[in-house]
Amino acid sequence: MRKIVAIFFLTIVGLYMLSLFAQIPFGKPYKGVSEHYVERGIVENRGSNLVTSIVVNYRGFDTLGEVTVLFLAATGLSFLLFSCKCLREFKRIRSSLVLRTATDTLFPLILLFGAYIFIHGHLTPGGGFQGGSVIASGVMLLFLAYRSFHVNHKALSTIESLAGITFAGIGLVGLIYAKSFLANSVISLGQWNKLFSAGLIPFIYIAVGFKVGAELSGLISDMISTTKED
Amino acid sequence: MAEILQYFMLFLIVLMLALALFAVKTKDLLSAVIASGFISLVASIVYLYLQAPDVAMTEAAIGAGITTLVFVITVRKTKGKEK
Repeated sequence: MRKIVAIFFLTIVGLYMLSLFAQIPFGKPYKGVSEHYVERGIVENRGSNLVTSIVVNYRGFDTLGEVTVLFLAATGLSFLLFSCKCLREFKRIRSSLVLRTATDTLFPLILLFGAYIFIHGHLTPGGGFQGGSVIASGVMLLFLAYRSFHVNHKALSTIESLAGITFAGIGLVGLIYAKSFLANSVISLGQWNKLFSAGLIPFIYIAVGFKVGAELSGLISDMISTTKED
Repeated sequence: MAEILQYFMLFLIVLMLALALFAVKTKDLLSAVIASGFISLVASIVYLYLQAPDVAMTEAAIGAGITTLVFVITVRKTKGKEK
C-alpha cells in the first residue's frame, strides 16, 4: 500500500517537472532577463567580471540567502558535535617535518592569495566565497601541521557576525538612499577596470570573504577540537 | 592542439567515472573519501577547460580540500568500514 502511494506521488511530481522542463528550449539562447544581464551587466555595474556583477548585484538577495544557509549549516554542525558524545575520540598524531616546514612557508602566501581573490572579486575570476574557502584551507593546513593549534572561537564568531551585519547594512543603505535593496548606485561607480570601481560590489565581497573564511575555519576547528590530544 | 586537449578532457572524464565507481564499490571508507577528493581535483581541471575559473577555484578549495578533511575526520571518529 505504501509503495503504491509513493509511486502515485512520484508520478505527480515527475509529470509536473516534465511539463515545466519541456517549456525550456534546449540548446537555444534563452531570451529574457539573462540577455539583459549579458549585454548590459558590464555597462551598468562597471565591473570587468560579469559573473560577479550578476551574483552580487542582480542576484544579491540570493547571495545573502546562500550566506545565511552556510551560517545555519555551521551552527547546526557545532551544535551536534558538542551536544553528542556518541562519536569516539581518537588521538592526534604528530605530523612530519616536511608538513610543518611547508605549512610555515605556504600559510602566509595562501592567506594573501585568499585576500587577493576576494578584494579583486569584481576584476578577476573569483570572489568572496572562493577567497574565504582558500583562507579556510590555509587554516586547515595549520590544524594538520600543529597538534596544539587552536583558534579563538569568540573572535571568529565576532568577525562572522560583523561581516553579516555589514552585508545586510549595505543592502539597507541601498533601500534608503536608492530605489531598491542592495542597489549599486549609492556611491559613484568609478572608472572601469580600476580597483575602486563597480560601486558597492567590492565592499560586499570583502564582507562575504571574511564571513565565509571565519565560518569554514570555525567548522574545521569544531571537527578537530572534539578529538583527543595525547 | 585543440584535438589533443579534447582527448585529454575525455580521459579526465572517464577517470572521474572510474573513480566514482570505485568510491561506490569499495568497502574501505577512507579509500572512498580519497577517491571522491580526487574526483573534485579532476573536476576543477575540467571546469578550467570549460572557462569557468570561479567554479574551478571553489571546487579545488572546498571539494578537494575541506570536504576531504571533514570526511577523513568523520571516518576516523566512526568505525571506518562499511558493513
